[in-house]
Amino acid sequence: MSVLRQSATELLAKLNAGEVTSVQLTQAHLDQIKQHDGQVKAFLRVDPAAALARAKEIDDRRKAKKPLGLLGGLPVAIKDLLCTEGETTTCGSKMLEHFKPPYDATVIKKLKAADAVLIGKTNLDEFAMGGSTENSAYQKTANPWDLARTPGGSSGGAAACVAAGMAPLSIGTDTGGSIRQPAALCGVTGLKPTYGRVSRFGLVAFASSLDQIGPLARTAEDAALLLEVLAGHDPLDSTSVDVPVPKYSETVKQPLKNLRIGLVREHFGEGLEPEVEKAVRDAVEVYKSLGATVKDISLPHGKYGVATYYIIAPSEASSNLARYDGVHYGHRTNEKQMVAELADERNKLVAAGKTAAAEALDNPLVRMYRRSRAEGFGPEVKRRIMLGTYALSAGYYDAYYLKALKVRRLIRQDYDVAFNEVDLIVGPVTTSPAFKLGEKVDDPLSMYLVDLYTVSANLAGIGGISIPCGMSRNLPLGLQLQAPPFEEERLLRAAHMFQQATDWHQQFPAMVPKA
Amino acid sequence: MLSRADVEKVSLLARLELTPEELERMTAQMVQIVGYVEQLAELKTDDVQPMAHALEVHNVFAADEVRPSLPREAALANAPHHDKEFYLVPAVLGE
Repeated sequence: MSVLRQSATELLAKLNAGEVTSVQLTQAHLDQIKQHDGQVKAFLRVDPAAALARAKEIDDRRKAKKPLGLLGGLPVAIKDLLCTEGETTTCGSKMLEHFKPPYDATVIKKLKAADAVLIGKTNLDEFAMGGSTENSAYQKTANPWDLARTPGGSSGGAAACVAAGMAPLSIGTDTGGSIRQPAALCGVTGLKPTYGRVSRFGLVAFASSLDQIGPLARTAEDAALLLEVLAGHDPLDSTSVDVPVPKYSETVKQPLKNLRIGLVREHFGEGLEPEVEKAVRDAVEVYKSLGATVKDISLPHGKYGVATYYIIAPSEASSNLARYDGVHYGHRTNEKQMVAELADERNKLVAAGKTAAAEALDNPLVRMYRRSRAEGFGPEVKRRIMLGTYALSAGYYDAYYLKALKVRRLIRQDYDVAFNEVDLIVGPVTTSPAFKLGEKVDDPLSMYLVDLYTVSANLAGIGGISIPCGMSRNLPLGLQLQAPPFEEERLLRAAHMFQQATDWHQQFPAMVPKA
Repeated sequence: MLSRADVEKVSLLARLELTPEELERMTAQMVQIVGYVEQLAELKTDDVQPMAHALEVHNVFAADEVRPSLPREAALANAPHHDKEFYLVPAVLGE
């Protein structure tokens, strides 16, 4: 079997047995990128020479029998929302086209220390705002299963590159479903950890109370391996929680006994495509055959999740993105031209006797901010900044932002009640398989509703995983498992059980060679 | 309901310059999205404590000790306009 179809865990065993070198593995993935990424467009930047040099260095250390980190020479792709020291980090935005961070994100440091080979930076919706990767300022990523369709988003490049055999492991971020939804639409495994499980230091902030970094991979075992590297307390992120990191890569193989599964009544309502529902119900049968019991449960406030999310996330975004001011870093408008235009506007108004209007013109600094941001941000980012600014503005704060924070607690309480009765909540990730590129770009609200099944986990701060559970019209479908806070081990073990009993995670699009 | 003038005011608060066409489109889209999120009003939440964060909020203190910080050169390296000592911005006084 081609190395491009093997799991990271299998590849690591081969590396350690001397059956393959990191240089060979890295080269095989670079070749696949060269051959197919012109169409998939998963990567924004790849530096083959640097990746191969790093692989060579790890091979040399292995040959010299020196100790190696947990990832010992495996290629890993990085979502371009994570700071890599001295290397361009764009966040999919024109605003940061030339931005070279002065430091590495904590997860990048951890990956380097674990001897990963960083193979490239992947495409995303601008600042992770979107569900189709079409909001990138640079390119639209295609779904490797059908190039006319979206890979999902915002971690679309991260999911597409794993599905397309361009990287066995990749790092995504999830604010409202941005790991789980593209994982589902591309047929890979994607885990959003509990809020606080992974340090966000060096992750460019979108909505700080919701953002979380997590792994995308071919199997649950691989996701466990990668999470073990990523997780843990970091003094540089005061919201990262100081609890021990389990040995996920070891415990993932232990099946769960007497598993109690909850099926959410409200998940099977209007809008869910019959084939998705069938795949989810079939998956539940698989769990039953493995000894699980199933209980019908309710998350009554789940239907308010999207509305709550689209107040809280834009509010936090409007504040976080205030840092892009054209002064400290990022895009700045042509200042001479801007100042000359402003003087011209003023002169015309004064000449016309409109002194009040002339007085009301922006001062040059404000105009510089406004124009730099207008030029640097794309339409979706502007929309969210506007929504958030509105929701936080005087007179509306109580009705929108404060209200949303209260509903957020109701959503969390629903989970707390449900997890008294069940160990895991099982359901769909999306209502349908991958939609067509361009299908929802002109209708922001319909794009927001894509997040229906995923946003609640972010609002509640709990973990969730998406695993392949079926196919519809030759497009992958995802199954979502959700667990109480800091129960990633349970998610991974349950996902692994499923993958031992099924082969949905071993399906590949035609562009990934068999041999 | 949100008016075009409201949206224009928000664009100043948000430090965004919008063209007349953008203002038009943004108003229509914000009316639609705000209309959707207003469904939260149907929930009674008088006795519910707001939840700003997924974790129990607590203060995290760092030891008060001098540690190396970003050198000036590195801090200015990404600045679009600087004089090697300061960030430069358009003049706001004495126009």
